This record gives sequence, structure tokens and C-alpha cells, in this order.
Amino acid sequence: MGEISEQVNQKNALGWAARDTSGLLSPFTFSRRATGEKDVTFKVMYCGICHSDLHMLKNEWGVSTYPLVPGHEVVGVVTEVGSKVEKFKVGDKVGVGCMVGSCRSCDNCANNIENYCRNYILTYGAKYYDGTITYGGYSDVMVVDEHFVVRIPEKLPLDATAPLLCAGITVYSPLRFYGLDKPGMHVGVVGLGGLGHVAVKFAKAMGVKVTVISTSPNKKKESIEHLGVDSFLVSRDQDEMQAAMDTMDGIIDTVSAPHPLLPLIGLLKSNGKLVLVGAPEKPLELPVFPLLLGRKMVGGSNIGGMKETQEMLDFAAKHNITAEIELIPMDYVNTAMERLLKADVRYRFVIDIANTLKSSS
Amino acid sequence: MAKSPEEEHPHKALGWAARDSSGVLSPFPFSRRENGDDDVTIKILYCGVCHSDLHSCKNEWGVSRYPLVPGNFMESESLALNAPGCVATHEIVGVVTKVGKAVMKFKVDDKVGVGVMISSCKKCDCCKQDLENYCPQMMLTYNSINHDGTKNYGGYSDMIVVDQHYVLRFPDNMPLDAGAPLLCAGITVYSPMMYYGMTEAGKHLGVAGLGGLGHVAVKIGKAMGLKVTVISTSPKKESEAINSLGADSFLVSTDPAKLKAATGTMDFIIDTVSAVHPLLPLLSLLKLNGKLITVGLPEKPLELPIFPLVLGRRLVGGSDIGGIKETQEMLDFCAKHNITADIELIKMDQINTAMERLARSDVRYRFVIDVGNSKL
Repeated sequence: MGEISEQVNQKNALGWAARDTSGLLSPFTFSRRATGEKDVTFKVMYCGICHSDLHMLKNEWGVSTYPLVPGHEVVGVVTEVGSKVEKFKVGDKVGVGCMVGSCRSCDNCANNIENYCRNYILTYGAKYYDGTITYGGYSDVMVVDEHFVVRIPEKLPLDATAPLLCAGITVYSPLRFYGLDKPGMHVGVVGLGGLGHVAVKFAKAMGVKVTVISTSPNKKKESIEHLGVDSFLVSRDQDEMQAAMDTMDGIIDTVSAPHPLLPLIGLLKSNGKLVLVGAPEKPLELPVFPLLLGRKMVGGSNIGGMKETQEMLDFAAKHNITAEIELIPMDYVNTAMERLLKADVRYRFVIDIANTLKSSS
Repeated sequence: MAKSPEEEHPHKALGWAARDSSGVLSPFPFSRRENGDDDVTIKILYCGVCHSDLHSCKNEWGVSRYPLVPGNFMESESLALNAPGCVATHEIVGVVTKVGKAVMKFKVDDKVGVGVMISSCKKCDCCKQDLENYCPQMMLTYNSINHDGTKNYGGYSDMIVVDQHYVLRFPDNMPLDAGAPLLCAGITVYSPMMYYGMTEAGKHLGVAGLGGLGHVAVKIGKAMGLKVTVISTSPKKESEAINSLGADSFLVSTDPAKLKAATGTMDFIIDTVSAVHPLLPLLSLLKLNGKLITVGLPEKPLELPIFPLVLGRRLVGGSDIGGIKETQEMLDFCAKHNITADIELIKMDQINTAMERLARSDVRYRFVIDVGNSKL
């Protein structure tokens, strides 16, 4: 009897999914679970396109299941809350990032670092507690446990805030954890894309001097004039790189393609930290001498916990930080993916879900 | 015409040097500088045989593999090898025979040691913070070139003249022979243990490689109250690691089942292995926020898998010996906890055989040359 009423209360949902490793997206009808007592149901307004979506669509990490509805930079407006939900009410502006569940009982969960829980549940392409596969934010409605929902501060515009839910927390967390957030420090940001440009904004707001390291000289002007970057290094320019050696306290490396670490390690001062947030699938070459001779470190970081994600949004609101986006209609998404592959976007695509995801598409 | 090594300086000295990249050592007469106002002259009694000596004598760290980094002494090191000979070692223990006018810290007959460095700029931020080991002008004890163009020769010799700042006092109760390896091996593991926070009793330290550095790391780790697991490719080292060195457990790193069972159990790993080796198995042993600190110096870069770093917020760091102040602190710590190296004492003329055995890791766990009783 319970089962039937659950099915009755399930919601019809419309999304766009890929059916195979071509990664091509097209309309897909499915259903969302009934709003449980701890769940928040919200109408999706916007969803950012993360480079991870592209990797997952094409099964580049070997973990994808199809049909795959991506999207983990999701913002919207609450339409229903479960009986035990305390933090949200109908009409609230909310967001969901990369996770929708975790074990809730391990040390990491207890310490607000659900992102390091062994059993954390990704927003899409993962198995939920009830055995169903999770579908992400390229869809019109989502139902998420309130613990994994964040409040979008009033003053932040929803569309330009969506990318903060993955890109934002992914760079904010290591700036804090590795102590690269002290005024007067000098931090490098490798790669000026979705993650990189947000890293620049956060670091500047923290009072840090920022140098962008990029393969694209044509990004220099905008990064200095528009993003407020202090200096810009073209990584293939050996003279520029040599002149900047031993100058940085830390580097946030957002590049997920294979690339050499030696020149980056050379940019660090003694005790400097190179933090990788992009994750190339193949190992990179680690030259050991330069690490030893300056007592330098190479570390990693993976998104952030729910508490820190909320903190990041509040920090962004305080400092008027949002992503630079290109708003697109749902049916542009395949073209957007092709352009994303060529890094042809300033600096994040965001899908205008509410206005363009139509059942007639 | 350039002066010969014997004529360069006023005091004749005898040593054993490698002449070429075969690394074979033989008697080598040379000379040491006049004892200046800040200098201490030391009659060498013992010196440790460090794996770096083997790398240097065979020129395994040839500069062609490493692009220039400002202040990179590796370039001068490789150039130096082309000069008359490489007199290695930087684990030197002896007795003071002369002190300069400005020397306050030492007097004749004091038991002293000299480690990996004999000079630095003394002016930069690193030097001012007692981190002379990271000074861009830091001069190695051997194979480095002085500003006047003369070369520095190490401890495989009968005497050495060193600026007092870089001389360590040997604690009274520490045996000279077994204490010698602490001057490089000891500080090389002690410094990162302090810097990276491996001092909290109860935390779990992995020590990869049970050789000169590794066995000292086990002893220091236990003295700090850590749980210590040795990670090694040699199963036959297990009994001694546990019964004699006091390690809590032993992992054979080529046993996948054992590795799997130990996944995510260690707070830190000190990686002392100087050959190229895979990092993935070691990274998987670390807990969240775990730190893998590499102190060995493989000739080629290592492969670094990124997913384990990102998914577990882990880091790989390096560390290079330690400053003079910290080296003294380490010696005093070891004296307090009765920590010395486990050594095999040899005579100078056995050095080539020792080097061959060292290349096969056939030593428990450091050769020390009884220089005082050897015919040089």
C-alpha cells in the first residue's frame, strides 16, 4: 500500500540526458521521488555546465551509467518541503552542488566534510540510498535532502551564482585549507576557465596578490582589466616563467589536462604549496629534487563540505562575487559542450532551465 | 696554470676520491685551507657512507636531467665532478685540533660533527630563520665550488677545516661511530617529522624503505610516541624491524592484499627510497589529509597519480636535511633517547666493496668508516 502511494506521489520530471558515450543530450522524461519528510523539492531555474559534466557524458572516467542527466551547479526556488524540514520554506532560493547524500555517521560527515565521506552520493550518475540512480540539474525539478541544500543569499543573482556550487567551492576550500588566504600572500592560478576565474575573484577578495598562469596570451588583457589580476604569465614563455621563479606562496592548479608540474613548482617560494583541483586521469611527472630543495608540497582538494559551501556563498555575497557566464537555452547544450571542449567560453555556460526547458522541445 | 689539489691550500690532507663516473675510490692527496678566525680544524675519526655519496661518485645526478633553477648547486656539483676527484661524505665526526681567534663555541679536544653543509650566505631570510639548508647560496660539504674557484672535499679524509657556525657539538654520551650517520640520515628524517607535524603521540607513521634513513626514522618515530609501520620490498627485514628496531608493524609493499588491508590507515609516510618507485601504493595508505614526505633523491622524476591527492586531500611534500640549529636539536634529542644508527664499521680501503654492497642495499643499516684507524 505504501509503495503505491509513493508511486502516486512521485513527480513527473523532464530533463535532458545522454544515452551513450557520444555524450549527445536530448529530452528525457523520468520521475523524481515523492518529497520525503527531510526533502526539499524545488523548481530548477538555472544550471551551470561544469567540465566534469563533459567527462561524465562521454564516460571518460569509466563510471558513467546511461541515461545520464548531468548538472551539479543547480539553483532554483523551493516549491515543497517535507514535514521535518527546518531550514527551508516554500519560495526560498536554494542551490544544490555535487552531492546529494553521504553516510551521515562517519567522522568526516560529523566534521562537516561530507565530500570526503567514503560513501558520498553524487548529484548525478550515482546510486541513491533507495537504489535509484541520481539525475542532476539539467532538469525542471529536483528533490534533495535538506542537508545537501544551500541557501542562495538574497543579493546574489541566481544565474551567475549557479557555478559557485561546484567551481566556487572547489577553489574556495583549498584557499582556506592550505592557508593561501592571508592578505599580502602571492597566489598563482593556473588555467583561466570556470574554476580559474572564480579562484581569482575569491583570492582578490581575501587580499591576496594573484598571478594567472595560462597558455593563452589573449586572456591577459581581460584578466588584468576585468578580473583584477595583478599579473599574467604565459606558461610557454620561458623568460616570463624564469623571472617569476620563487615568488609564490601557493598555486591553485585548475587544469585537468596533463601538463608539466616542474615549471609550476619552480614558481613557488620555499615551503610553497601547489594545489591541484583539476584531476587528470593519467599520473603526472613529479620531479623530486625541486620539491626537496625548497621543502615544497603538491596537494589535492575535492569540492568542499556543506557547511563550507554555505560559508563560501555567504562570502561571495559579502564581496559581490559571482561567475562570469554565458546564458544559453537548453537546446544549445550540445553546441555548448563542443565549445567547452575547446575552452571557448568566458567562463561558464549556464542553462536557462526555467525559461527554455520545455516539454515540447 | 691551475694548482693541483695538493698545492691549492697550505695544509696537506689525505683522502679517498672517485676520479670518474665509475665511482671507484682510491687514495687522493689534496690540501685544506688555513684555519681562519671563524674556523675549526677537525681530525676526522669516523664518517658515515651515505647513499648520496654513491650517487655523487657515479655522477648519477648529472645536471643534464634537471633544468636550471636559480641557485641550483646541482650544476656546480656536476661541474665539480670533472675536476680532479670527488671526496665524498657528509656524516663526519672527529675531534677539534685547532680553533680560530673568533671561535667561542668550541675548543681543542671537543668532539664535533659536520653534516651536509659548510657554508651559506648568512644574510637571507632562510639563514636568519635558521634554515641555512634552504639558502640559495648554501654550499655542500663536498663537490661544491667556493667563490675563489677551489673545490670542497668531504669526510673521506683525515681532516677538515670548517666555519664554526656549521660545526655541531657531539653530545657526551653519544658514541662517535654510531652517531656519525645522524648528521645526514638523522636530520634528514627528523626535520620533516617536526615540520610536517609528525610529533603527536598516537599518530601513525609509515616509513618506506628500511635503510640508513629508514631505520633512524623508525627509532625517532617511536621516541616521539608514534605508531610506526615499516613499508619495505624485503620480507626478510620484518623480524628485525619489529624485534630490534621496535616498529609496530611491517608491510611488504609488493603484497597487494596486505596493502589493501592497510588502506587509509596512516597519517604520514616518510619515503626514504632513493630509487624510482611507484607512489600510488603509498598514497593509498594515507588517511584523509595524509602527507607523504619524500626525502630520498631518485635520479628521475616519479609518477604522481592525481586522483588520490584530490579525493583524499592528501599531499606530497619534500624536505632537505635541516638547518644547523635543528641539527643540534636532533643530536640532543637522540642523545636523550639513546638513539644512534645501527652501523657496520669498515676501514677506508674497504670502501669500494662497501659501495657495491650499498648499491644492493646489503647493509644493516649504515657503513661507517673508521677513519682514525685506517691507513689513508
